[in-house]
Amino acid sequence: MALFMIILLPAKSGSHFNNTMMITLNNIHKTYETGSNSLHVLKGIDLEVGAGEMVAVMGSSGSGKSTLLNILGLLDRHDLGDYYLDGKLIKDMNETKAALLRNKFLGFVFQSFNLISFKNAAENVALPLYYQGVSRRSRNKLAMEYLERVGLLPWAAHLPNELSGGQKQRLAIARALIGKPKVILADEPTGALDSTTSGEVMDLFQEINQTGITLIIVTHEKDIAHKTQRIIKLRDGLIDTDHKNGHAKPITKAIVSL
Amino acid sequence: MFDLDKWQEIFNTIEKNKMRTFLTGFSVAWGIFMLIILQGAGVGLQKGVENEFRSSATNAIWVWNGQTSKAYKGNNPGREIRMKNDDYSYLGSQIKGIDKISGRYNIWSGNTISYKNESGSYSIRGIHPDYQKVEQLTLVKGRFINENDQQHSRKTVLISKLVDEALFKEGEESLGKYVSINKIPFKVVGIFDDDDGRDDNMQVVYVAVSTAQQVFGGAHNLNGIVVTVGDATAKEAISIENQMKSKMASRHHFDPTDNQALFFWNSVEEFSRFRKLFTSISMFIWVIGIGTIIAGVVGVSNIMMIVVKDRTKEIGIRKALGATPGSIVSLILQEAILITAFAGYVGLVLGVGLLELISDQIDTPFFRQPEVNLSVAIGATALLVIAGMLAGFIPAKRAASIKPIDALRDE
Repeated sequence: MALFMIILLPAKSGSHFNNTMMITLNNIHKTYETGSNSLHVLKGIDLEVGAGEMVAVMGSSGSGKSTLLNILGLLDRHDLGDYYLDGKLIKDMNETKAALLRNKFLGFVFQSFNLISFKNAAENVALPLYYQGVSRRSRNKLAMEYLERVGLLPWAAHLPNELSGGQKQRLAIARALIGKPKVILADEPTGALDSTTSGEVMDLFQEINQTGITLIIVTHEKDIAHKTQRIIKLRDGLIDTDHKNGHAKPITKAIVSL
Repeated sequence: MFDLDKWQEIFNTIEKNKMRTFLTGFSVAWGIFMLIILQGAGVGLQKGVENEFRSSATNAIWVWNGQTSKAYKGNNPGREIRMKNDDYSYLGSQIKGIDKISGRYNIWSGNTISYKNESGSYSIRGIHPDYQKVEQLTLVKGRFINENDQQHSRKTVLISKLVDEALFKEGEESLGKYVSINKIPFKVVGIFDDDDGRDDNMQVVYVAVSTAQQVFGGAHNLNGIVVTVGDATAKEAISIENQMKSKMASRHHFDPTDNQALFFWNSVEEFSRFRKLFTSISMFIWVIGIGTIIAGVVGVSNIMMIVVKDRTKEIGIRKALGATPGSIVSLILQEAILITAFAGYVGLVLGVGLLELISDQIDTPFFRQPEVNLSVAIGATALLVIAGMLAGFIPAKRAASIKPIDALRDE
């Protein structure tokens, strides 16, 4: 792991690291139409997330945090406003373009893991590489490396239902990582885990963040949020509070000072 | 390379979902199998009918001498009408639509045919060379009575297999030997077999009609005339029959409406009645076959829909990981095509195999040698594959256009 960090860090020179915006949202609106009812979920979100940041999005149920994450992940489309991902305006995105961007830029971690049940651990991890057109041999090799990284190498041939919750989530994280994304979006990643495993998963996220990958984690658990550098609270479709999180900062500072 | 990869992905999916694959495959294979069995049965029925009519041409019109039953132009009823050689040449040259024609001069009984110490009593039929086509005689050995025999009234004879066995003992070669017919020597030129299996058609020898008339005192008389009408329809055959009737009526001075003066039997009409019956049967079989195919199509469609529904979450995951809608559709479609094509082929092989197996065992009247038109079978298989494809395409397309977020939503 240490070796991995050293290789990647030189690319993140100080000023570049702080000034580059990975995600910029200007006045994002989203309304869901359900029959005659329309539900205005996001009512003008303005947000900037820098490259390499680790952000928690909190808020009560219905505050729009999952919707926000889906829009950020190109899984859903916003109605109004501008969304820049890595400096690119996301507009008039058709399914194919969105798929390619997701494949190249984004990694996902879900509360319910969303592993393919008939594929074993290694095959699940390798899947994003299949859609990148990586040859079978090299993606199998890479899958093993990433499984090793999350400590699941001995379980490479196991099906998801033979793994514990924590193992499943680590598997999902390895899958999110293998495509070398710039941003990992996690939707309640610890929602289905006990507190010990939750802690392990968050440690893993912090390690990942230290390699320069931007992390956005939706959660409603305070202790989870406090393991990030910045906590954004949503309320009724708007950003309520947005503050740097003291606890997490030292980690980032330590790296930046390197 | 990428394509190979895709197939590996598909095989991987199939291998991990054996039950689903089996169910899809089974419904396709069963549809094709049933279609082939039904088609085979239809063909078997048709062949059975054709076999029943095989013993004589199915396009023949037979005419026999008769007696008038109506007074006509001063002639009393009860007058015998006898056809002569010139009726034969007249009909053959004057009536359009007649394909083959033969006169018949028969000596039914009282003949003794002998060779060495063996002898028997058989019918003698004097015929023209065309007669072989009319009666559909099978030549076992030698040749038929030919034009040469007819023109020169040669004393040649065609004997039946049965006569051959009766006269030539211990397997003695009969071709080229002389048998005596009513003490007159005739050279054996051929041996025939009549497939209808009736004994009275086998207790027979054939000679040229001119020979029969000359040797057995027949002058220019004929007992009957038989013609074939090519591939005329029943309607055309009836018109030819009516022409023959009216021409003969004016030549022999009898009332054209007199059905007793000459007897006509039109096998075309008879055959076409049967053909209609069996056309309806084979249409019925087609209807059942198409029904089976539709059931197969519905089955495959149903399964494909369920498969796609079943895979919605997987599709959502794949999309989140960067699968394009096109790659989702082609993944599902290629799998569907692979399964239906393979299963269709299995059904085809099993169906054709079963037909081949029972084909030799079955030999009942009106049902024999069931077999299937291979292009029909292959066409049906292709249809099912395309149906499976379409059935998969619509839900696959829908699944591919589902927003990943909907597919991934927890239930």
